[in-house]
Amino acid sequence: MRNVLKHLTSKSRRSAWLAFVVLAIALLALPFFTDALLGHGWVRIMDFALLYIMLALGLNIVVGYAGLLDLGYIAFFAVGAYCYALLGSPQLGLHLPFWIVLPLGALLACLFGVLLGAPTLRLRGDYLAIVTLGFGEIIRIFLNNLNAPINITNGPQGISMIDPIRIGEFSFSSTHELFGVTFPSVHLHYYLFLFFTLLVIFISLRLEDSRIGRAWMAIREDEVAAEAMGINTRNIKLLAFAMGATFGGLAGGLFAGFQGFVSPESFSLTESITVLCMVVIGGMGNVSGVLLGGILLIALPEALRHGSGPAQQILFGKTIFDPESLRMLLFGLALVTVMLWRPVGLWPSNQRRRELAVENNATQL
Amino acid sequence: MTTPIKFDKNLLELSGVTKHFGGLSALSNISLHIRHDEIYGLIGPNGAGKTTLFNILTGLYQADSGRFTFNNTEYSGHCKPHVLAQAGIARTFQNIRLFANMTALANVMVGRHLRTSSGIWGALTRNATARAEEHAIVQRAHDLLKYVGIDRPHHTLAKNLSYGEQRRLEIARALATDPKLLALDEPAAGMNATETKNLKELLLSIRASGITVLLIEHDVKFILGLCDRVAVLNYGKKIAEAAPEKIRCDPAVITAYLGTEPIIPAQAEI
Amino acid sequence: MDTLLQQIVNGIVQGSVYAMVALGYTMVYGILGLINFAHGEVVMVGAMVALSTILLLIGSSLPPLLILLISLITSIVVCMALGYSIERIAYRPLRKAPRLAPLITAIGVSIVLQNLAMIFWGREYHAFPPLLPNSSHMLAGAIITEVQILIVLVALGMMGGLLLLMHRTRLGRAMRAVAENPSAAVLMGVNVNGVISITFMLGSALAAVAGIMVSANYGIVHYSMGSVLGLKAFTAAVLGGIGNMRGAMVGGLLLGLIESLGAGYIGDLSGGFLGSHYQDVFAFFVLISVLIFRPSGLLGERVAERA
Repeated sequence: MRNVLKHLTSKSRRSAWLAFVVLAIALLALPFFTDALLGHGWVRIMDFALLYIMLALGLNIVVGYAGLLDLGYIAFFAVGAYCYALLGSPQLGLHLPFWIVLPLGALLACLFGVLLGAPTLRLRGDYLAIVTLGFGEIIRIFLNNLNAPINITNGPQGISMIDPIRIGEFSFSSTHELFGVTFPSVHLHYYLFLFFTLLVIFISLRLEDSRIGRAWMAIREDEVAAEAMGINTRNIKLLAFAMGATFGGLAGGLFAGFQGFVSPESFSLTESITVLCMVVIGGMGNVSGVLLGGILLIALPEALRHGSGPAQQILFGKTIFDPESLRMLLFGLALVTVMLWRPVGLWPSNQRRRELAVENNATQL
Repeated sequence: MTTPIKFDKNLLELSGVTKHFGGLSALSNISLHIRHDEIYGLIGPNGAGKTTLFNILTGLYQADSGRFTFNNTEYSGHCKPHVLAQAGIARTFQNIRLFANMTALANVMVGRHLRTSSGIWGALTRNATARAEEHAIVQRAHDLLKYVGIDRPHHTLAKNLSYGEQRRLEIARALATDPKLLALDEPAAGMNATETKNLKELLLSIRASGITVLLIEHDVKFILGLCDRVAVLNYGKKIAEAAPEKIRCDPAVITAYLGTEPIIPAQAEI
Repeated sequence: MDTLLQQIVNGIVQGSVYAMVALGYTMVYGILGLINFAHGEVVMVGAMVALSTILLLIGSSLPPLLILLISLITSIVVCMALGYSIERIAYRPLRKAPRLAPLITAIGVSIVLQNLAMIFWGREYHAFPPLLPNSSHMLAGAIITEVQILIVLVALGMMGGLLLLMHRTRLGRAMRAVAENPSAAVLMGVNVNGVISITFMLGSALAAVAGIMVSANYGIVHYSMGSVLGLKAFTAAVLGGIGNMRGAMVGGLLLGLIESLGAGYIGDLSGGFLGSHYQDVFAFFVLISVLIFRPSGLLGERVAERA
């Protein structure tokens, strides 16, 4: 990467900067555009999309970089969300500030990741998949049932009236007037989540191109060879697993603060699969691919919600598939199809692109 | 632990190493030693236990009994492969095991993992130390690729290299770990005459740089023309160990190779 | 009525169901070294197909036992076809691919099956018609129904049949050969692909039987019944030693007992803090504990570590 940069002329560097500035302005202005063009519901959808993209990026470290299949990833999201909900709501009467609760949730998720990964990561990948699947279910069972005899999680009803995200005196749940522009709550959350998403992207990219990232990919490619080259595979895998869990917990905390309400049904296996689909369909191990996958898979259900009913009316004369089951059916088919015909995903990784570039140069010479 | 004596003449010592797979005795009571700076060959018919011995030396298998000393430290107990790599044993695999979807350069860079130390913090901040280390890794990897003679762009994916190049890339990756002992499992397999000749020169040059080489080969001519000493395994037993010219006329070796028994037991591979 | 004895009886019945499903996991694992994630869904499809067949025939004048037999055969045939297709479509093309790939397609297949079942049979719980004479008997102070006795007998019968198949027939020998070393088996003239297909079909046939048994026992069928059952049966297979048929049986029975005794006494053990709705948690803790302390399982000869 550094070599590539070195070879860039000052002109192309300037155009890179220009592209960066244009992108930044576009991202900042996006909520106002969607408000004006598509209507008011969309910024809220974008907020959730960003949370899911954060999750997908976190899972990408586990599945994409290190090649470990985690089927209960949403459980870490749940840990982060419930940590926030319990420490910042009337449920336990605690109202700890945002900047304590959020990192605490991420840390707790990390701890769960280590506890789960330590025994299973020395075994074959299949075991991790099934143990994480089980863990996802267990977390939900506990969340559903820890309301008696002592009410901790409030059971299936979930926890409501969660404290909004607040930094100092600045609350994200109310409308603010800044520089003469009105920022509704969903816009403020958009900027906050955008910040965290960019942070996660930054961390992912830096890790990808580092000694640790290379070790992850080596393990993904051939674990026996990686270990023979002196990589302590168990620790390095645990690191990937714990980092993925931490990002999951972080997104969970933001989710709880944004929605003001959490209940076990937000953390079902379906959600884990959705996040996995984002990573696999977009392109495992490639941040841009995962972003693309995230955007597509958030857009798909919206499209289905609006388009599948009428389309089926025209085709069959009635609605046979409800959008939700159609969505999951498509996700399942997509997982199989992608693995069979395009295992690199829709957007192949940098390495693959670099390779293509090298081959093109070779043919030109 | 005693401090390693630099000029101790044996780098590796095995005594009484035994390994069973179920009822099959893959190695029985193997004792041998490898001296500093020599090229040591290991030959024997299919299923003689060569690869099993390799896997014990590199921590993939555990010996049932026997002692295993490397560089004056004993590794007889349960030792993970990465610990032995750290100690200075690097290997290649009989059926090439590269990181197929990583570039040739990245493959060698992975080999530097255990001699470098940047962690998460270094990766995220890219501070001066981390940058310098990364720079050194890249530089070293390029040098090693040139050294083993890979002329292709170093950003070529490992799986797109030719067979001979893949074998040499595996050697470059192993060399990147700064080994004291380089263990090669059939490096000349499937190579043509020119490639074999180049490989021979490469191995001599590696030895000249102060790395001891342990070699498994099928190609008896290749090994006898290259090694300082050769051990012959048959049915998990060491039947001879001597300089190549003596091995050539050893009656036990001749019997083993020409064969008196028609049964070939299944070979234990990884 | 003796509670402890009742829990033991329930545990053995439940455990027999786990064992039947676990056999399917273990057969595929033994031969391919692959966890067939979609296996639980095959059980569900077996139950659903049987249900539909029964509902179709129940108005006719056929005797109930004949209806049951027809539905059993239909369900077995459908599941065998399904098992065959799953292997052909989702696993065979990826046999040489990195390990992650077949795991992901397996998950994909099970989601597809579950959602197709939801579309075909709906989201609601279906009552499974009681075709068998389901009177209860007292057995040394515990109640056991005839269906439950049948479950235990069928499970034992299938186990015996499989062991005979594996050790007394040409097919069984071929299966063991493929499990031991596929490339050597090819050289010896074994049709490896054929053997693998048959393994999947056999496992799926067992799944169909298990699906009907479990539906007959509970009297309820639901499109999501396969996933939790699959997870537990997998746990049973690991507990017994995955790849080992006797292990699947032992693991299944043991897990059934642990669950039923655990659920019965968890309230007392935790001082009333945890109730019996934590029953599903036991399987998970059993799985984790086995993986920590004895990854090769109780009867496992194969070391589970590494590929």
